[in-house]
Amino acid sequence: MATIAAPHVRRWRASSPTLTFIGRLFREKPLGAIGGVVFLLFLLCGIFADLLAPYGANQISPINRLKPPSLAFPFGTDNLGRDMLSRCLYGAQLSVIIGFCAAGLATLISVLLGILTGYLGGKFDLITQRFVDAWQSFPDLIILIVVVSVVEPGMPQIIVTLGLLLGIAGSRIIRSAVVSVRENMYVHAAQSIGASTPRILWHHILPNVLPPIIVLFTTRVGVVILAESGLSFLGLGVPPPAPTWGGMLSGSGRTFMFQGPWLALAPGLCLTLVVYATNMFGDALRDLFDPRMRGSR
Amino acid sequence: MQAYIARRLLALIPTMFFASLIVFVTVRLIPGDIIDMMLSQNDIAADKFSRDQLVAALGLDKPLWTQYAHWMGNILLAGDFGRSLWQNTPVSELLLARLPVTFQLGAMALIVALLVAIPIGAYSAMRQDTAGDYLGRSFSILMLAVPGFWMGTMVMVFPSIWWGWSPDVKFVPFAQHPLNNLKQMIIPAIILGTSLSAVTMRLTRTMMLEVLRQDYIRTAWAKGLPEKLVVARHALKNALIPVVTLIGLQAPLLIGGAVIMEQIFVIPGMGLLLLDAVNQRDYPIITGVFLIVGIAVMLINLLVDLSYGFLDPKVRYR
Repeated sequence: MATIAAPHVRRWRASSPTLTFIGRLFREKPLGAIGGVVFLLFLLCGIFADLLAPYGANQISPINRLKPPSLAFPFGTDNLGRDMLSRCLYGAQLSVIIGFCAAGLATLISVLLGILTGYLGGKFDLITQRFVDAWQSFPDLIILIVVVSVVEPGMPQIIVTLGLLLGIAGSRIIRSAVVSVRENMYVHAAQSIGASTPRILWHHILPNVLPPIIVLFTTRVGVVILAESGLSFLGLGVPPPAPTWGGMLSGSGRTFMFQGPWLALAPGLCLTLVVYATNMFGDALRDLFDPRMRGSR
Repeated sequence: MQAYIARRLLALIPTMFFASLIVFVTVRLIPGDIIDMMLSQNDIAADKFSRDQLVAALGLDKPLWTQYAHWMGNILLAGDFGRSLWQNTPVSELLLARLPVTFQLGAMALIVALLVAIPIGAYSAMRQDTAGDYLGRSFSILMLAVPGFWMGTMVMVFPSIWWGWSPDVKFVPFAQHPLNNLKQMIIPAIILGTSLSAVTMRLTRTMMLEVLRQDYIRTAWAKGLPEKLVVARHALKNALIPVVTLIGLQAPLLIGGAVIMEQIFVIPGMGLLLLDAVNQRDYPIITGVFLIVGIAVMLINLLVDLSYGFLDPKVRYR
């Protein structure tokens, strides 16, 4: 009987590694899977904000100033009568754009730098590592503030700065993964048959460091969103009236929070939920990809 | 041990050099039109300086490497960070006045973080996979996601609406009135500390789990020692060694978070100095704060590494 069952199991496994992986995620890491679902919902909210939002992000309605949450305005309205739900949805859109672009750029830089320093090693690696040391001594927020003081605040500037910032810092993670992959037998084999360095990097190193790359990207999205909202809170992010979650908690809105405390709730809750979901999702992915990394950062 | 210290100090030199380059290059990116904007935005500037004078005051009229040599030379030889453009006070004076405040906030937040993280982490490991373990871990990971500025905002808004109480925002220096000062700093320190505690908590838990499986712990149990002693004297002491390194890694987060707390609770530290300088485009102050923060983080990491060598004999001989 076992001889009949075995091929069946094998065929099911071979059907789709992605589906199997998602199945494992839900079975072994239910909290991480929920995080992934929230992450996906957030992404959809961002993409379809224009369709979902009942009002415009900056649609002013003087008669509806500072209305508490109700059926017409589920999250209430602000001091200009703008609907907080719509602003939060458009805020998700901004967060999605900034989060994915900056995290994507950061991951790209991390991968390039990490693979090159990790594989080539030598003096180049040594000097680059001292540079990364120096770079990591500066708090993200301080670098962002200083850069914004030099270039004007705006979305492209924030994306590039955050991408560069987290990209250089994250190269360490990819580098250490590359260093351990580099010593594998198949890499030595490729070297000995005379494969070119770009070929080895592309065909042998890159596919094997893919798991940390995916984890890095996922966790970076949360980090970027948090950093951007911090910057917007300080009034140095995407300039108003753009509905950033951080910006909604600062500036002119702050003085009205005492009359309309709901103004302080919605953007902060959105932010916390998305970052929490991203962290849980990223942690679950990391645990599934590589149980040895569990508990480390 | 001496060789270890010497090696560690030598490694600091290239890192500091790169850090100074990062600061220099970032701030020297100032495009020409910023100068015009400084003049148009800032009335004092227009009264005080002509365009050429401002360019000269920022040192932008000289070639790049001369600017760098001049800037570094002044800092290294005379501790001279230049003067504030608008207030004409030496930047070093401003930095010295603000540094202790941020340092105090950071130290208090660190203490809070450790007080939250270590007990929860140790408890989670001792009672692995119980409800308490899950609760402690979830709480701590949740705090990692709650942005400090949101927490701070809510602390300002809600108690004031419900009970008519709000945190004092008129800063009292520690030397003047220690108790009032502590009362004022404790709220931002708690907010900052709890958000930092998550990572420390997780590491404490992981290390505790590992240590609790060691033979010497089994021996301690076998001797019939009470749980308190096994945990406190044998397990925790060894589990906490790697946690010390984490303090160094968290230093940048601590300082970054302090900037936001200083802004919300109007605490006159380095962060507020930086934000004010950014608003006024006072570049000598911006450069000074930027560099000092970087150096402070590096020195904290140096101290952490040295204490690590002291705590863990294995490191010294590597």
